[in-house]
Amino acid sequence: MRLKALFILFITFQMSYAQECSYTFLGELKDFHDNTPIVGATIFMQNLNRYTTSDFDGKFKIENLCTGELTLVISHVGCETKTLTYSIEGDIFKRISLEHHIEELDEVSLKSNERKTTNTAQESVIKADVLKQYSILSLGDALKEVPGVSSINTGNAIVKPMINGLHSSRLLILNNNVRLQDQEWGIEHAPNIDINSANNISVIKGAAALAVGGDAVGGVVVINPNRVIRIDTLYGKTTVSGQTNGKGFGITSSLNKGFGSGWFVSVQGTLKQNGDFKSPDYYLTNTGLKSNSFTVSAGRKNFERGFEVFYSYINNEIGILRSSHIGNISDLINAINSQQPLVTDDFSYDINAPKQDVTHHLAKALYYQRFKNFGKLNLQYDYQNNQRFEFDIRVGDDRNKAALDLNLQTHTITADLNLDANLQYKINVGVMGRYQDNFANPDTGVRRLIPDYEKFDFGTYITTEWIVNDKTTIDAGVRYDYNKIDAKKFYRTSRWEERGYDEDFSDIVIEDLGTQLLTNPVFTYHNFSASAGLKYQLDDNNTILGNYALSSRPPNPSELFSDGLHHSAARVELGDLRLEQEISNRISATYNLNTSNFNLVVDLFYNRINDFMYLRPSGIEQTIRGAFPVWEYQKTDAELYGIDISSNYKFNDNIAWRHTSSYTKGNDIKAGIDLIDIPAFNTNNTITFTKEEWRSFKASLKSEWVFEQTQFPDFNFETFIATTQEDVLVDISTPPSAFHLLHFYSEVTLPLNEKNNLNIALSINNIFNTSYRAYLNRLRYFADDLGRNIMLQLQLNY
Amino acid sequence: MKTIKNFLIVFMSIGLITSCSDDDDTPNPVNEEEVITTMTLTLTPSGGGTAVTFQSQDLDGDGPNAPMITVSGALQASTTYNGSVVFLNELESPAENITLEVIEEDDEHQVFYGFTGTSGSSITYNDQDVNGNPLGVNITLNAGAASTGNTLTVVLKHEPTKPNDGTIANADGETDVEATFSFDVN
Repeated sequence: MRLKALFILFITFQMSYAQECSYTFLGELKDFHDNTPIVGATIFMQNLNRYTTSDFDGKFKIENLCTGELTLVISHVGCETKTLTYSIEGDIFKRISLEHHIEELDEVSLKSNERKTTNTAQESVIKADVLKQYSILSLGDALKEVPGVSSINTGNAIVKPMINGLHSSRLLILNNNVRLQDQEWGIEHAPNIDINSANNISVIKGAAALAVGGDAVGGVVVINPNRVIRIDTLYGKTTVSGQTNGKGFGITSSLNKGFGSGWFVSVQGTLKQNGDFKSPDYYLTNTGLKSNSFTVSAGRKNFERGFEVFYSYINNEIGILRSSHIGNISDLINAINSQQPLVTDDFSYDINAPKQDVTHHLAKALYYQRFKNFGKLNLQYDYQNNQRFEFDIRVGDDRNKAALDLNLQTHTITADLNLDANLQYKINVGVMGRYQDNFANPDTGVRRLIPDYEKFDFGTYITTEWIVNDKTTIDAGVRYDYNKIDAKKFYRTSRWEERGYDEDFSDIVIEDLGTQLLTNPVFTYHNFSASAGLKYQLDDNNTILGNYALSSRPPNPSELFSDGLHHSAARVELGDLRLEQEISNRISATYNLNTSNFNLVVDLFYNRINDFMYLRPSGIEQTIRGAFPVWEYQKTDAELYGIDISSNYKFNDNIAWRHTSSYTKGNDIKAGIDLIDIPAFNTNNTITFTKEEWRSFKASLKSEWVFEQTQFPDFNFETFIATTQEDVLVDISTPPSAFHLLHFYSEVTLPLNEKNNLNIALSINNIFNTSYRAYLNRLRYFADDLGRNIMLQLQLNY
Repeated sequence: MKTIKNFLIVFMSIGLITSCSDDDDTPNPVNEEEVITTMTLTLTPSGGGTAVTFQSQDLDGDGPNAPMITVSGALQASTTYNGSVVFLNELESPAENITLEVIEEDDEHQVFYGFTGTSGSSITYNDQDVNGNPLGVNITLNAGAASTGNTLTVVLKHEPTKPNDGTIANADGETDVEATFSFDVN
């Protein structure tokens, strides 16, 4: 009996022993992304303090496990470390997915500053440390860091980027993956972006980024905010800037909070103001600016899935040079002949008419999910609301009433599937649907510049990227876009007949009000675009890129519907309902040399655009204000070609030289004339002295040399001046002379403690206070450009 | 997958809501304000007699049609005329008299008169703005000597430099109306 009891006890012990600590855990590690076994991963059993590694098939075995919890910490080179807990109640087999292509899949922030959108296109990235120098300036100013990018300005606050001679509707601007819809057709409509909300900006020349749109005849500007880092962190920065010219000041601040779980929240805000700018000799009266903006984003981002909500707000109130407001051609001649603006007052922060007041809201929701051995699905909805007021100099009760009041609302949904299971051969497919509603408020008491319209867009694309071998990457894609615009526009009966629309479009008249007609133009466009490119690495230092892009851009509302007097240009501008889309064929080639102390990028391009739409003078019309030249949107065949060069040479650890230069030529082939508003040859040279030991001291001197544009169309005309009874030649075409400016920049970074530092920057633009006028500034007829400007900027990083 | 489904539902409903909420209203025509369609200069002989009118009328504003210029008759040599100018917006019904706004904001306006030809015609201003500078809505015109092919250019300027020397070329500002009339002096 005693023996039996002992035996039972023994068996029980044995059993309980077997029950508790004889189990086996069999694991198999596979790559999430393409199902290949993960070899040589370290598996740490946290509660047992034991290690093992995965074998050649990605398998590992843990024996003699007891009942209870088992926590495994699995790590592998290039993978995110994964911690998993299992409850052990018997032998188990688990297949565990790790992701070891995180770098290639671009999911970590290490290389974020270098992140490019395209493989074979001519793409340049402007990094945060360069962008910060433009904190108090505008997006358009910063983009000029890239050779081949210039700007077309209305004064100094309205700066529209221009890529290889093309601007406005021919450029797409992408803010945090949302295509900006802010009445961008207008040459006086600057992009509604606060430069301080960008962490880096990528400029893509040409239409190679098909996933973004098929109508980027000129190029794409991609604005990337700060990337989310999946660690417990709290960081931010505050920048305070001041400048002497315009007595401007700005403050911008950002704060980012991240959690290891993937949750994040960031806020950023900016306030900027300046008063009247000053040319070397006089104040530029009414050139003040007030800008305030903020962005908030929050969400949760993990490798497998995540979401983000993003909202941005910006309001800009921009004064336009008082003396640029003119009534007729005689006034324009007076302005051109006068050596300085007709109205120059003392300095003031006041912003009076003429001015713009533009508010832009952008809201976005993004969700993504990754599927094993397949790829990543992105779903995005975004909404934009653009409210544009333009105030003119008016009399009586209308004095404070806007002359232009446009509200543009845009809803877009996109679904994008990135099939990247095979990293050598990726496929990206997507669809996009967009609805847009433009409302032109009739209470302005001024005829609508742009009519009420609704627009429907649908797009779909497929792009592929094939890494042929270590040296060769090929990409290709096609895209189809459908656009429908449904407008309600009033035409003056006299204009309707003068255009010959009564013959061609009589069926779209829906109401006859006597002196005007209400019409309902509905147009649809089918657009095909495509791109293909090659990247070939000749050796460790030399790379060449070749790219071909076909793009198709339908006419924008202003090209179709413009109809009236443009005051600041003293001309009647007319759209044309008969316009069709323009088709661009762009070929580009890039040579890139990269050695330890020398870097060279040479971009060549040829862009042939059939049915290119642009404003050209076509005659003179008499009104009660006097005579005005008429400029019509006409189509032609155009070609643009050019070369952009940038190089960096390090003489030693302290001294470096940077050079950029750019030449663009544009021809109207049909008319046999030069294209208007093409940037002149320009060349920039910067010598930088850096001394890390002196608190990261940096000082640079930049020479900016812009040549005179000698290739321009002669759109001068003769007009009869009633008051003097004589004919006068109005020279609106001749570009201003070449100019050379010197700029200085310096900075030091003072470490405050382990985490915080203070960056102090001092810069002087136009050191010698040189008087100049720029060909691509539309106010060049009226006043000189900016004189000397000293800027001081403090940036606290925490 | 469930989250995707939920997301898609939200997604679609947003699309639906936004496309349904749109109204398909017919836009209202713009009631054009402060447009000057018509300028009439009425010259009444100070000694009595038939008035002569100079008129420029452009009913389609900055549309393609040129203004209609009419001169009702010749001026009489060596005669003094009382002149008054009226600016109308005839797009409104009844026509809006913009002259009243010009007079109300007299310091920001001035009507200029310039002659060419051999008549030797001239004007003098009969009215002043709040600062004592000429306005030019009411004038006295001296017809001068008998001649043909003379011109009178009448210009309404907004925010001209004031005071000025009375010539249009040196007045700066913006031109709101500019019309040239040919006339004979008998």
